[in-house]
Amino acid sequence: MDYIIILIAAVFVNNIVLSQFLGICPFLGVSNKVSTSVGMSGAVLFVMTIATTVTYLLNQYVLIPAGLDYLRTITFILVIAALVQMVEIILKKVSPPLYQALGVFLPLITTNCAVLGVAILALGLENGSLVKAVFFAISNSLGFGLALVVFASIREQLELANIPEGMKGVPINLLVAGLLSLAFLGFTALV
Amino acid sequence: MAELNQKQNFLKGIIKENPIFVMLLGMCPTLGVTSSAFNGLGMGVATLFVLLMSNIVVSLVKNLIPAKVRIPAFIIIIASFVTIVEMILEAFVPLLYEQLGIFIPLIVVNCIILGRAEAFASKNNVLSSIFDALGMGIGFVLALTILGSVREILGNGSLFGLTLLPETANTFILFILPPGAFIALAYLTVIFNRLTNKTT
Repeated sequence: MDYIIILIAAVFVNNIVLSQFLGICPFLGVSNKVSTSVGMSGAVLFVMTIATTVTYLLNQYVLIPAGLDYLRTITFILVIAALVQMVEIILKKVSPPLYQALGVFLPLITTNCAVLGVAILALGLENGSLVKAVFFAISNSLGFGLALVVFASIREQLELANIPEGMKGVPINLLVAGLLSLAFLGFTALV
Repeated sequence: MAELNQKQNFLKGIIKENPIFVMLLGMCPTLGVTSSAFNGLGMGVATLFVLLMSNIVVSLVKNLIPAKVRIPAFIIIIASFVTIVEMILEAFVPLLYEQLGIFIPLIVVNCIILGRAEAFASKNNVLSSIFDALGMGIGFVLALTILGSVREILGNGSLFGLTLLPETANTFILFILPPGAFIALAYLTVIFNRLTNKTT
């Protein structure tokens, strides 16, 4: 039951992009085509899950026993940066087709605050366990993917629309994101 | 001439290359914490401090870092200052620490800071880097404070916690909710573009 609530909360109610404002840069940056947004979501799913697993274990078995939890931010960002590099190298060797699909997005992920954000948030879960933290990361990356793909589909339609001169570019995208976030506010009572 | 350059270094961050309205960097904290003017200002000042310190350190050690590992090195420098800010806020301004929450450690991944370290501080001397950081930082503080003020006035009828509107007045609660952040920033960007196009 717990897990169903985590899933629904992360995907709809507390959507990581539209209500928690994490990962806005890729959300606005790589969302002009549905195909690229699917690639980005896949890369985020991949990295976020691995990163949360590693940082959770590191926090539990190294930082806390050693009394070094004030070094959390530094350790986590280094782990994430190193992981992204490693994932890139391994993918290149092991699965070239997957690397082709995700490769260009991987370097961008280091500075995606959603990855660091979820890794930190996962430590604060009630009755936390490794399984729960990993499930939390997967749910959140699905939420990220949903927001990104929906937003990209709307933007593809927007290209055909007649937009007032002053609103072109950034403002209209922010406004669309606002309306999308308003729509997701409707899910509030779900959990 | 040198003096003029420093002035340009300082001023460009505030208007011409404003990190929020023009460059669209550091969007997450911009949207996430600006539900009130005080939070916006607090976040802005915390980021300004990290930006200034990391720009100084990066420009001092730029010749010691091998080019291949410069990005991880910058990240460590930035993360150290973020940890300092985190500790200072927790000790002295616990209210703000609680309100900003997750967004304090996330200053590490604020693209403005890494962006300035890579694009400016690693190529220029200390003095120019200080002015660059101050300009960019103040541009960021201003943008966050303005956005926070607009949202607080419209959504809550107050500014920096002081009530401006009578309690019976209807306010747009929407503006302190998440969608309001996107919508307010959309219109502020329009206004900013309009104003800067006129003056230049």
